Amino acid sequence: MERSVTLIAMFAALIAALGLIPQFTLAFGVPITAQTLGVMLCGTVLGAWRGTLAVLLFLALVALGLPLLAGGRGGLGVFTSPTVGFLIGWPIAAFAAGLFMHLFRQIPVGLAAGIASVLGGIVVLYVFGIAGLMVVLDKTALEATALVSAFIPGDLIKAVLAGFITQGLARARPDALLSRA
Amino acid sequence: MISLTSPVKTRAHSWPAGLKLGALCLATMALFAAGDIAWHLGFAAFAVLLYALPGSLFMREGLRRLWALWPFVVLVVGWHLLTDDVTKGAVIALRMLTAVGLANLVTMTTTLRDMMGVVRWLLTPLRWLGVNTGAIEIAVALVIRFTPVLAEKGQMLAMAWRARSPRSVRWHIIAPFAVLAIDDADHVAEALRARGGLA
Repeated sequence: MERSVTLIAMFAALIAALGLIPQFTLAFGVPITAQTLGVMLCGTVLGAWRGTLAVLLFLALVALGLPLLAGGRGGLGVFTSPTVGFLIGWPIAAFAAGLFMHLFRQIPVGLAAGIASVLGGIVVLYVFGIAGLMVVLDKTALEATALVSAFIPGDLIKAVLAGFITQGLARARPDALLSRA
Repeated sequence: MISLTSPVKTRAHSWPAGLKLGALCLATMALFAAGDIAWHLGFAAFAVLLYALPGSLFMREGLRRLWALWPFVVLVVGWHLLTDDVTKGAVIALRMLTAVGLANLVTMTTTLRDMMGVVRWLLTPLRWLGVNTGAIEIAVALVIRFTPVLAEKGQMLAMAWRARSPRSVRWHIIAPFAVLAIDDADHVAEALRARGGLA
């Protein structure tokens, strides 16, 4: 119980700390940050349920008014902004990444984590992100997809990194890889 | 850790957080239900008035936070100029700005403690189901403590990298960063168990 709580809290803090890595902004303003990498790692390291709880805890603190998102953003305003779909998708993306990590337990950790990150952290996440843009900006699915497609290469790089980092953690701290426990 | 609550004290600071959050929900629903631009101009003017009432310092801070939305405003208005539907573009942009503005207003006038009070109240049904909600409150406190500690450790790792490599700091430090985080989590879990645990 205690270890689960501290690991969930630590990975929520890890997402926040990854937001301190300088961001760069592409196209129409959606910032490219390392925080999505943190969401992928929540799933691939902590597993589906604990990973989801870590992301939910992080989002709850953002909603409570802590400036934990990249660029020092936070508060309730981010949940009514055009990127709300991505925020709603984060816990589901972490869950999906953890679930795929478990389903792919027969293949090596790094490869499984990379594939799980692509499926959870990109495919699942973008479904929610695109839906959010459609609602807030009143765009069609095709238009919203066109708006976010420029960010997919950056997220693919993050998925590859999530694979390498998860593999490194599996070697350094095998007990901590709860997604394979 | 610094929260986004405004240091400029307003009357709204003393209003119940639950009331403000409930009003925000209703206002957001109204914004999405209204289609006429006249309504949206009225809502936006009302939001500006709410920001103006506590004074210029409060208003400047509020507007500064809304500034992050400018790329979306440019995109929406530009798009609808091209499709020759400027009114619709104005409605979408006004709705977005007002919704985010009102939500920011609640954040700026509500302390973290008051927000936690609402969370505690919302968790009541879970307590009835036997869920240990104390663990959630501990987890919140741990994240607030862990975040600056992790940030400091990240900076130390980056400095160590720079001291040893001519290349710039890249993703290589994220894996040792995560190892440090896991080790810290294990130490804190051990300390919690030593003090009677969370059960």
